[in-house]
Amino acid sequence: MSTAISSAALIGILVSMINLATPLVYAAVGEIFAQTSGVVNLGVEGIMLLSGYAAFYVALNTGNLWLGLLTAAIVGLVLGLLMSLVSVTLKAEQGISGIGLYMFGLGMSSLLFKIMIGTVKTIDGFQAVKIPWVGDLPVIGPILFRHSIPVYGAFLLVPVAWWVLSRTTLGLQIRSVGQNPAAADSLGIHVDRIRYFSVCLGSVLAGIAGASLSIALVNLFQDNLTAGQGFIAVALVYFGGWSPWGVMGGALLFSIVNSIQLWMQVLGVKIPSDFAVMLPYLMTIAALMVTVNRARQPAALNKPFERGEN
Amino acid sequence: MAAKNDASSAILLHRPAFDWGNVVVHILLPLSGVLVALLIGAIMLLILGVNPIGAYGAMVNGAVGSVSGITQSLVEATPLLFVGLGICIAFRASVINIGAEGQIMLGAIAATWFPLTFHTWPGWLLLPATLIVGFVAGAGWGFVPGILKARLQVNEILSTIMMNAIATQLLYLLIRGPLMDPAGVAAGTFLAQSARLPQQVWMPRLIPQTLLHAGAILAVLLALVVYFFLWRTTIGYRIRAVGLNPDASRYAGIVVPLYQALAMTLAGGLAGLAGAVEVIGVQHRLLDGITSGYGFTGIVAALLGGLHPLGLIPASILFGGLLVGANEMQRAVQVPSSLITAILGLVVLFVSGSAIWSRRWESQRKVSTREGEGTS
Repeated sequence: MSTAISSAALIGILVSMINLATPLVYAAVGEIFAQTSGVVNLGVEGIMLLSGYAAFYVALNTGNLWLGLLTAAIVGLVLGLLMSLVSVTLKAEQGISGIGLYMFGLGMSSLLFKIMIGTVKTIDGFQAVKIPWVGDLPVIGPILFRHSIPVYGAFLLVPVAWWVLSRTTLGLQIRSVGQNPAAADSLGIHVDRIRYFSVCLGSVLAGIAGASLSIALVNLFQDNLTAGQGFIAVALVYFGGWSPWGVMGGALLFSIVNSIQLWMQVLGVKIPSDFAVMLPYLMTIAALMVTVNRARQPAALNKPFERGEN
Repeated sequence: MAAKNDASSAILLHRPAFDWGNVVVHILLPLSGVLVALLIGAIMLLILGVNPIGAYGAMVNGAVGSVSGITQSLVEATPLLFVGLGICIAFRASVINIGAEGQIMLGAIAATWFPLTFHTWPGWLLLPATLIVGFVAGAGWGFVPGILKARLQVNEILSTIMMNAIATQLLYLLIRGPLMDPAGVAAGTFLAQSARLPQQVWMPRLIPQTLLHAGAILAVLLALVVYFFLWRTTIGYRIRAVGLNPDASRYAGIVVPLYQALAMTLAGGLAGLAGAVEVIGVQHRLLDGITSGYGFTGIVAALLGGLHPLGLIPASILFGGLLVGANEMQRAVQVPSSLITAILGLVVLFVSGSAIWSRRWESQRKVSTREGEGTS
């Protein structure tokens, strides 16, 4: 092949890898909290859509990106409370309630978009902030240190989430209600309260994931903007073995394949675009097949807790 | 056969006599979920500055206000019934099949390719063969996540969602490539659709001047077949046993993953039939958006029908009417039909959330039944 990949193209691929991974990292780290507490939240996709819409709508009409981000977080929180009510208090089958939340978010975001905005518009989203000194380094600077704030936030979230889950009392409580809710309950931990907290925290992060798409990365909103990224994020939680670092690695791996694929199309390498669009979904199935660390799966995952059972 | 003598079969096969508690828990409770969802939809419309009475009026009028509305509701109910029957089988085995959407597409693709290729066959042979091919294609698309779950414990919810996305792209690829209408290519329009199917494969129309076709009767007959299969055959019994208590089933010698994969395959086949019937009964060609979201609406219908093949018949008609009404609402008062997607999502949340009361009621009844047996 005559089009040897230049260093500029290589940097471009890596920059877009970081960008593509950002919403996945937010959503998947959030899902780790929910799943570690024993609740599978499959509504992430719906939360991302509705929050992404809300962030875009607010940013479009007020010009204030931070207000948009805050709105997305609040929408995430409200949907998280709804999910918790159905899945924790009412002990619904979590796979089904999550699909309900997805459909609600999909339909609602489309309805609001069509009535309140109408046509696809773009905004000036979060701009890249060059970090002093390190941002000027060759190669590393443009790849790592010239991103928008939501992108930095996603990767700062990973060590924070790791620290909270593995080094704090709160993290221990979250893990205990996901492993053995009856034992946690007998020790005086409020199982339902911890699960509400975890699901809501995860949903807020899913909301920020949606906003990172609509007001920081693609800077527009359209029907089904996320195109399955919320579900892919849930799959990454399995692939990453319920660890923030594992999930980040999975998201980066996933994104680099995607960004190489996008660059190959830009460079005019002949691959049918339909196959290229299928690639993320095929990769997700492959990732689920090689989930090796199943031993790390929270023992009470997907199991509602009722006092006096077991 | 030995499993039938299992003590638990008394509970599994126990069919209660008619009582009002049953009606409240299995019919009124889910229906009130639909009403509450519609009410929330009305409030949302009000906030958006749309008159909800006008919008819902247009919906009801579209669905049942005319002969064509009623027959169209039944036309839309037909694929929902096929899909929902598959969902019943899968969910009864505790396999959550979200992949009906993709399975419909595969059935539709196969049911387009087959009659176009074998267009010289007579109708009496071509039509049933096309239905079978559609079933097999959908079943194959269901088999993949089924076997991945059985062998590698791949979460079937996620894998079926991914299979949906892959099927969508496959459909695009085919109707813009190998299956594209040669007439469109010749005329230079390049419409993303297949050629028209030969007339002998078209499903016979039940009422002239309407789209209502024989597929509706086939769907109702299949509901009876699935009911018989689940409650009167050994395999059906095992599928339900696997869903009710996988540990006890394993102990009774049932290969749990095998039956879960089987349930998923059958669900895929029934969704594939929905796609085939949509192609040969309604559209007579393969189009983009052939599924019209039936894969998801069928799940909602199955949940509302209590995962029971016979309960599914009225539930499918209800949602068929809702879909037709939504189109009329969009046309008459410009309320996007995506409102219905949001309402369906709320219905799923309410029905799955309110299941706690029917479960409590069931367990109370079981206790009281046992006490009754003890004293007699």
